[in-house]
Amino acid sequence: MFEALSEQLEAAWKKLRGQDKLTASNIQEPLKVVRRALIDADVSVQVVREFIQGVETRAVGKEVISGVRPDQQFIKVVYDELVQVMGTEQVPLITAPQSPSIILMAGLQGTGKTTAAAKLALYLKKQDKKPLLVATDIYRPAAIDQLQTLGRQIGVPVFALGTDVNPVTIAQQGVAHAQSEGCDWVIVDTAGRLQIDQAMMGELAQIKTTIQPQEVLLVVDAMTGQEAANLTRTFHEQIGITGAILTKLDGDARGGAALSVRQISGQPIKFIGTGEKVEALQPFYPERMASRILGMGDVLTLVEKA
Amino acid sequence: AKTRRSVLNQLKAIVGQGPLDERAVTELETLLLQADVGVTVTDWVIQQIQAQIRQEALPPELALKLLSGLLRQVLERPYQHHAPNLTPVPGQLNIWLITGVNGVGKTTTIGKLAHLATKSGYKCLIAAADTFRAAAVEQVKIWGERAGVGVVSNPSANADPAAVVFDAIGAAQSRGVELLLVDTAGRLQNKQNLMAELQKVRRIIDKKAVNATVESLLVLDATLGQNGLRQAQVFTEAANLTGVILTKLDGTARGGIALAITQELGLPIRFVGAGEGLMDLRPFSSYEFVEALMGI
Ligand SMILES: Nc1nc2c(ncn2[C@@H]2O[C@H](COP(=O)(O)OP(=O)(O)OP(=O)(O)O)[C@@H](O)[C@H]2O)c(=O)[nH]1
Ligand SMILES: Nc1nc2c(ncn2[C@@H]2O[C@H](COP(=O)(O)OP(=O)(O)OP(=O)(O)O)[C@@H](O)[C@H]2O)c(=O)[nH]1
Ligand SMILES: [Mg+2]
Ligand SMILES: [Mg+2]
Repeated sequence: MFEALSEQLEAAWKKLRGQDKLTASNIQEPLKVVRRALIDADVSVQVVREFIQGVETRAVGKEVISGVRPDQQFIKVVYDELVQVMGTEQVPLITAPQSPSIILMAGLQGTGKTTAAAKLALYLKKQDKKPLLVATDIYRPAAIDQLQTLGRQIGVPVFALGTDVNPVTIAQQGVAHAQSEGCDWVIVDTAGRLQIDQAMMGELAQIKTTIQPQEVLLVVDAMTGQEAANLTRTFHEQIGITGAILTKLDGDARGGAALSVRQISGQPIKFIGTGEKVEALQPFYPERMASRILGMGDVLTLVEKA
Repeated sequence: AKTRRSVLNQLKAIVGQGPLDERAVTELETLLLQADVGVTVTDWVIQQIQAQIRQEALPPELALKLLSGLLRQVLERPYQHHAPNLTPVPGQLNIWLITGVNGVGKTTTIGKLAHLATKSGYKCLIAAADTFRAAAVEQVKIWGERAGVGVVSNPSANADPAAVVFDAIGAAQSRGVELLLVDTAGRLQNKQNLMAELQKVRRIIDKKAVNATVESLLVLDATLGQNGLRQAQVFTEAANLTGVILTKLDGTARGGIALAITQELGLPIRFVGAGEGLMDLRPFSSYEFVEALMGI
């Protein structure tokens, strides 16, 4: 994939051989190539537009370093801008001054919330923490059963009250239970919901108000297309998120949704899901994501000289 | 966010002014790209429109018709090789293999299909061949109950899915079932072992049910971006796809990747899912789809 992008960029620059500066006019063709690549990678059209403007501002006026091809130098500007937008460092979980710290999971249907809840619990358990999982999805068939099965697999207790109790009440009692059991983390799994579903969004907002979580993590599927922008905007406006988990990155999607989530919410992506198994959770590294979105294996060695 | 009406007005203003200028092209392109139609099909549609409008200036209404006609043409391309509607052949065994990546809505769609088929008078059965995901069997059993359809499963953890399918075909044959719906585990198309497992399921079906009419349907989530095309390509190789089901169209995602799939792979879209309830499934209509995509 990288070959494709760099070849296209090279072709765009061919016409400009001998020019020793990046100018507003000579970067137009290369910018178009990058724009297409980003849209192919599912970055939201709106976010691409802003991003391209950022690159343009940064690139114009740069002297081409002798010995470095202008296409390579240009791609370094693109890459740097991308890393900058993605957030330059890895951001850890927020802990409460007093235990337990609470994580609320949120997101569309099927994105991987329940799986990620179990993965987080295992991740914390491995750090000698004592987590509790709370099952508030009373809607999806066998959702509680799913969380309980995962809880058994990882040896973490699951608080559940069946499907006849209001999710707000379950969340509240789950947190109380964690306090009385001396747990230091509570991870509240929730039902998937569309961001345009007023009733379900209201329910989530109420859960948040009731349990006052340190983290509200938006779980986003890495294969999401343009919708990533809309859903992030609405979840952030109506609920307020503190971060995101990008799932299913073990696939071959370029994951442009990451850029949209980050740019629109301003909140960091904290973890990535890289498999169906409960161990498959990793911290998020902005540089790797930037390379992936651009479809470049090893962008760093390539642009080292630039 | 723009309301649907204003999108329509905008469109009218764009396409009704003779050959598209750069601004108009950008607007139209944005509309299509934001629906996940992808760069290739978007370019093609705009080229076609330009070519037509250059020949004769069209009033807005007609230009809009031209656009929706083009989009429908893309969606109906598969009908050159496939019947426009999909229904099980009555009085014999039909097997519908339901596949797709994780979390797109396969199991839910099975429940809805079982309900629709039962209501239409077919004798139906479900094979619970997702033996991997936590509580997947319990989930599909609940859907079976809701639809009033039996479920064949293997209670032991990590049972071989091909074995479940083998048993289910036997049960279907002996009970005179007309439609056997096979639920499979979600799998990402770049996982070779999981795709090989699916291939094995497909082989069992072809071997054990020689006289059955087999449909192999890929479930795609309307929120999917460009990776959906790749999914359709790879699943076609492993499971010999005959069509696509598009879910989650009750959200604001338009599911434009469907156009890339019909255009580039010639696979027909068969059903659309628009909700989490038993009844929230209907046959695909290119007309309705395009109206929704254009925000009409
Ligand atoms: N390959 C892969 N699959 C994943 C990952 N995370 C979750 N899944 C799978 O995605 C599917 C959906 O995951 P769930 O955890 O049930 O998703 P959810 O968001 O809780 O779904 P709802 O509760 O229905 O909204 C399951 O098949 C999971 O095994 C991941 O990182 N990689
Ligand atoms: N809004 C909406 N949600 C849907 C639709 N179809 C399925 N869902 C939801 O999407 C989530 C995943 O659905 P499943 O049927 O479990 O998906 P799956 O493909 O079987 O998932 P795996 O077996 O884990 O790969 C559930 O929360 C469903 O309720 C739909 O048309 N609209
Ligand atoms: Mg869940
Ligand atoms: Mg399933």
